[in-house]
Amino acid sequence: MTESLPTIGGLKDKIGVEWPLGVYEIEKGMIRRFVQAIEDPNPLWQDEEYAARSQYGGIVAPPTFIMTIGFEQIQKLLAASSGTLLHGSTELECYQPLRAGNVITATAKVANIRERPGKMGKMTFITFGISYQNQRQELVAKCRQMVISY
Amino acid sequence: MTGQLYYQDIAVGDEITPLVKQPTSRQLVMWAGASGDFNPIHYDKDLALSRGLPGVIVPGQLAGCFLGQLITDWIGDGGRLKKLSLSYKGMNLPGKTLTCRGRVTKKYLEDSEHYLVCSLWVEGAAGEKTITGTAVVTLPSRG
Repeated sequence: MTESLPTIGGLKDKIGVEWPLGVYEIEKGMIRRFVQAIEDPNPLWQDEEYAARSQYGGIVAPPTFIMTIGFEQIQKLLAASSGTLLHGSTELECYQPLRAGNVITATAKVANIRERPGKMGKMTFITFGISYQNQRQELVAKCRQMVISY
Repeated sequence: MTGQLYYQDIAVGDEITPLVKQPTSRQLVMWAGASGDFNPIHYDKDLALSRGLPGVIVPGQLAGCFLGQLITDWIGDGGRLKKLSLSYKGMNLPGKTLTCRGRVTKKYLEDSEHYLVCSLWVEGAAGEKTITGTAVVTLPSRG
């Protein structure tokens, strides 16, 4: 699906246009690798018996997990034409827990672009709006990501 | 996990139990693999220095996930994180201690759910705030 991503130079003409970032099948192993990386031992994320007895009835991902989904595609897009990429901000809204077994479709649009001179040359501030739907077309989360390119 | 926190247990101004983290370069590698974020400023020191950075820096979202853990540890299995806003203000370097902190700024009822708003921040080794943020959570109610 990456062939349909716009290039950074073309992003200004794409404000508001949606494009697919990918379809992600959320597996237990994926959640386990993520929580091992962030060193979060909460049994809700890994212990099937514990999670089955909780209000969730099974393993869920930490709410922050979803903000990494599809973001690697945005980074890849911007890296092709950026010197340096920094992350400016994240705004995450969660509507449903993300469960192992969910199939998530991530869709992005460019919300806005600003440019201003900085000490390392021209800096471009790009805000993306990403929405995440599950296999039942229910909205699971929305995330706004602001990235700084210079 | 400690006992479940309830809406009635909380007052505006209450402090969230802090969470201390010490990200290592090994953790940055694990994060890159788990998140798919292969931005070289998080693993290539020479490149990071050439771009005017103080060295390899901790990915903002990794430290943001520490703030997520601060919240989910505190609200327990019965609470829900509804919104998390993060602003990456400063650089965190691997090997340095980070302290995740937060404070309750507001509580309210809406559509029979019990909400808290918390202000959050990551404190670097020198006490500077490298990330600031806000969380909106719901908690169960007693009775």
